[in-house]
Amino acid sequence: MPEARQITYRAAVLEALFEEMRRDPAVIVMGEDVGAPGGVFKQTEGLYAAFAGRVIDTPISEAGAFGIAVGAAMTGLRPIFEVMFGDFLTLVMDQLVNQAAKIHYMSNGNFTVPLVLRTTMGTGANLGPQHSQSLYAWAAHVPGLKVVIPSTPADAKGLFKSAIRDDNPVLVFEDRLLYGMKGDVPEGEVLVPLGRADIKRRGRDVTVVALGRMVQVALSAAARLAQEGIEAEIVDPRSLVPLDVETLVESVKRTNRALIVDGGSRQYGAAGELAATLGETAFDWLDAPVARLAAADVPIPMSRTLEPLVQPDEGRVTAAVRALIGR
Amino acid sequence: MPDLLALYRAMVLIRQFEELVRSLYTGGMVPGLVHLCAGQEANAVGVCAALERSDYIASSHRGHGHCLAKGARPDFLLAEILGRTSGYCGGRSGSLHVSDPATGNLGTNGIVGGGIPLATGAALSAKSRGTRQVAVCFFGDGALNQGLAFEAMNMAAIWSLPVVYVCENNFYGEYTAIEDVTAGKSLTARGEVFDIPSRMIDGMDVLAVLAATEAAVARARTGQGPSFLICNTYRYGGHHVADKQDYKDSEEARAWQAKDPIPRLARQLLEQRIADQPRLDALEQEVAAAIRAAADFAKAAPEPAPQDLASRVYA
Repeated sequence: MPEARQITYRAAVLEALFEEMRRDPAVIVMGEDVGAPGGVFKQTEGLYAAFAGRVIDTPISEAGAFGIAVGAAMTGLRPIFEVMFGDFLTLVMDQLVNQAAKIHYMSNGNFTVPLVLRTTMGTGANLGPQHSQSLYAWAAHVPGLKVVIPSTPADAKGLFKSAIRDDNPVLVFEDRLLYGMKGDVPEGEVLVPLGRADIKRRGRDVTVVALGRMVQVALSAAARLAQEGIEAEIVDPRSLVPLDVETLVESVKRTNRALIVDGGSRQYGAAGELAATLGETAFDWLDAPVARLAAADVPIPMSRTLEPLVQPDEGRVTAAVRALIGR
Repeated sequence: MPDLLALYRAMVLIRQFEELVRSLYTGGMVPGLVHLCAGQEANAVGVCAALERSDYIASSHRGHGHCLAKGARPDFLLAEILGRTSGYCGGRSGSLHVSDPATGNLGTNGIVGGGIPLATGAALSAKSRGTRQVAVCFFGDGALNQGLAFEAMNMAAIWSLPVVYVCENNFYGEYTAIEDVTAGKSLTARGEVFDIPSRMIDGMDVLAVLAATEAAVARARTGQGPSFLICNTYRYGGHHVADKQDYKDSEEARAWQAKDPIPRLARQLLEQRIADQPRLDALEQEVAAAIRAAADFAKAAPEPAPQDLASRVYA
């Protein structure tokens, strides 16, 4: 069993990159400032010196550079491509949706596109409307893409390693507020498979399905609710595609109530899809309609007063749970 | 010295293939959209004659000629265009997205300019893996107004990638003339601005295309970086197979047809006594037989099974 020690989420991802680049010479890293500067969030620090020629600083040309990563993935490399802010996914959309996602299917399986697109998301730093969105639902809507949202340092390492070894285009969304979070992370070879949910906290009264940093928000809400005698079960899908429906449904069968907590916009979002999935597959065990708590349907304002109102927080999660179980 | 007869045969094959696709389309056999390249054969053939099988190409929406010139079998290609399981992609890609790793074909592309970064990425991959492979990207003049093209060219230049950008300038992007949508006096300037050697070529002369490509490929293989070729050419059939082309005047088409690359090479073959007329006639008959066999094969090939719909979405 590998040793665990406490390291940050950022360090856990970086460790996964070091291990996978050492293991497989086909793995390369591309992105803006990822080379000698070590990344604007220090998320690629040390890679450039350790892996000569395999860590490529791109110009600020997201569309072209990502398309180059797709072409490289079709022809023998396994690129990890970084989009600095998730909002900039708009710039890579054609190459992501019309090329990367479809090439395996269109070629009848003759080509694969083994690449990882990592990007950041979330509020908390007053970065404003063009640097704060959580757009994983866009990617999850496109057949051919996989979508991963790690919520802890250990998951970040294990999911990244699996994503890098996956033969499909995999998007990994990292909440910037988690980068400094410390947690137990095993050293060495620990893979977290894509498509397996994790129960982060056991509880009998309500299932809270939470995504990314919302898992941490839900865990602190659960600690507060426990003082009131309400035991919430926190389930982290860890990947939206593939989605582990079974673990979610099994939890609902035990608790008979479900709340989805999603940092993305509510309208046509991940929470709606998860709620519909539970409604279809666990209807007979539900004592109440599945509830949704998601980001407000607004562009995310820069203001220190307004920005904190956008995404779910501990207070809103506890209120939603109380409302759901009628207390 | 290039094998002129092989070049001639390759152009005749593409011309006859496109005529067959047109007739099948008219007969209602072809699902979806097809964009024919009759008139532009010298580009596909001249460029691909300078490549090895392991080299890469990324093609455009007008890509049947590129596929054939890079080594695609006419029967498998036609089966794909008809949406049959025996096609290169099991009938799910059709004319617009057909690819074949065995011939280094990264695919035709339904997005104008969409293949430009893919070919550039294949060049990055070849360089990174230390192979001698070169990547060629075919695109039309319409793609010269896509920002993606210049993002990719910039990176190919700064990273000195083994890629050749081949613009087939047929003077129309869909139904709109190039001069109505394209600023600047010089198209080659669009490569020169990145210090990429850029040349304008008579794209109706297969030997001119071949010579220019050989020079560009030699640069790429020896680590000297990308090149940009603009081949001036003409699409006889319009944008897609049902295009009535009423936005063009017929004089223009006649003037281009006078420069047709196939009779032009035939004259050279005869003048240089590489072949006599009976040899050329026999060669055309031989190609026609291959095309008939391809048609028989593709028409008889089965449609995909419904249970195959959701297979291979993920690897």
